[in-house]
Amino acid sequence: MTDWLSPEEWTAVRLSLKVGFVAMAASLIPGIAIALLLERGRFWGRQVLDVLVHLPLVLPPVVVGWFLLIGFGRRGPIGSFLAEQFGIVFSFRWTGAALACAIMGFPLLVRAIRLSIAAVDRKLEDAAGTLGAHPVWVFAVVTLPLIVPGIIAGMVLSFAKAMGEFGATITFVSNIPGETQTIPSAIYTYTQVPGGESGAMRLTLVSIAVSVAALWLSEWLARRMRGRIHA
Amino acid sequence: MLDVDIQHRQGAFELQARFQSDGKLTALFGPSGSGKTTVVNAIGGLVRPDHGRIAVQGRMLVDTKKNVFVPKHRRRIGYVFQEGRLFPHLNVRQNLLFGRWFTPRRERKTGFESVVELLSIGHLLERRPATLSGGEKQRVAIGRALLADPQLLLMDEPLASLDDARKAEIFPYIERLRDEGGVPIVLVSHSVPEIARLATTVVVLSEGRVAASGPASDILRHTILFRQTGLTEAGALIGAQVLRHEADFGLTVLQARAGTLTVPLLDHPMGSRMRVRLRARDIILSLHEPKGMSALNVLPGFISSIEEAEGPSMDVQLDCGGDALVARVTRKSVHELGLRPGLHVHAIIKSIAFDPDALGGAKPENM
Repeated sequence: MTDWLSPEEWTAVRLSLKVGFVAMAASLIPGIAIALLLERGRFWGRQVLDVLVHLPLVLPPVVVGWFLLIGFGRRGPIGSFLAEQFGIVFSFRWTGAALACAIMGFPLLVRAIRLSIAAVDRKLEDAAGTLGAHPVWVFAVVTLPLIVPGIIAGMVLSFAKAMGEFGATITFVSNIPGETQTIPSAIYTYTQVPGGESGAMRLTLVSIAVSVAALWLSEWLARRMRGRIHA
Repeated sequence: MLDVDIQHRQGAFELQARFQSDGKLTALFGPSGSGKTTVVNAIGGLVRPDHGRIAVQGRMLVDTKKNVFVPKHRRRIGYVFQEGRLFPHLNVRQNLLFGRWFTPRRERKTGFESVVELLSIGHLLERRPATLSGGEKQRVAIGRALLADPQLLLMDEPLASLDDARKAEIFPYIERLRDEGGVPIVLVSHSVPEIARLATTVVVLSEGRVAASGPASDILRHTILFRQTGLTEAGALIGAQVLRHEADFGLTVLQARAGTLTVPLLDHPMGSRMRVRLRARDIILSLHEPKGMSALNVLPGFISSIEEAEGPSMDVQLDCGGDALVARVTRKSVHELGLRPGLHVHAIIKSIAFDPDALGGAKPENM
């Protein structure tokens, strides 16, 4: 197995998985919060927030990457603040790749969770209230369990998006082997050098395998959850 | 113990409801759109009324003048919804115990086992709500509300989504709850047989206003209150005791204050008490004691008053040995027989006219 992929290719695969998981995990809580806010909230600026969240879906990824570069770069207003205050650096680091992937996958995550929140019967939440449950508890023990299938779907979409993200990542954190060179960047690099076809093909196969596995896992989990609710 | 005086506007509909009740089971009666559900939602805290007060057991839950609005999770008012609303991701046991998690330990009085036994749901505990029948769901919903130890139990047409067989399955449980459980009940209903069987107090709502309220036996005698919904169903409600069974004839004889009543055979044991509804349309009046007639029930009494009913009809209110009855007769009969308050008459009721749905078990104090 280790012979099949070169060490450089393994590095790219491991990095991609790490970036994907971190991007997915970091955006989970904000994703649920924003989905709740958009679906249930009634506040000024809700439309603006909605548009902002969805922008990465319609903007060219390069544009998102460039925004990240000027915002979160070493000299960017947010980037310099985070670097000075907390020592968190994004530019040309794998953390930056994770940030780019999280932002690109965020609209997909929020949409999936938001749909499942919309599908929750609010009458069940009223019933929980009459049984003495504070709204926070109602969310924790009624709403949250009912939207778990949507959360899983959103997580898988977010992860899959991270595995495939190219434009924003390469614009923001470049293509540094071992630090920011994810599978798509590595494939791109292989296509730019003579004799790189076999490496590109191997990484493409890995990419397909990971995506199919993620889809299958989410289907299986969602079916299990549905079974628990409706059987 | 229940004191409601609220005004609430919802679109074009305006509710203006004011009533009090000390009854063990207060029925909110009225046609759809009369505001029944809005009233119980206001009591339960699901609707915030524009103006007014709501007090339960002396505790002020809503007082818009003093800016009091107790949120629903702190009201301790149980709510059994029309559609059950069981939590689909929890099994029956978890559903039943849901409210208990949020009840302070010292206020947990209702025993899990006793509720399970009262509602006969012991065999369902590990099942998921999706696998239950409609009647089973409602029983679990009632149990779930009871186990939160509420001060008051609201039931919004809990039987409406069930067929007659399922209804018959639930009726006895609500009766037992009324007679044995300490918690007062408010039941929303648009079925006269249902309230005749279950209610101790009736509040009649019509177009967002309270048309009448009082003890069930008083209210049900006035057919005019049930114009839209149950004109032909309205009638007197009296208490009776099983005197004997005449199995050969398929009959049961009941003793009421007004006299004996012969009805189709019942399976209630001798001596058991029940409430009997005598529909106004099933009663004929005679000036003289009838002889050679096939009707088995003749109750002598006096006319206490005569009320306008609809069209050519009038309602003659009777006092038969202390039981209040009402007969629906034509205006012409009133005129020709010379019916007037104080007159001695005989009320004649066919035995088969008894509505089995309205024969409910009742302790005398719940009449």
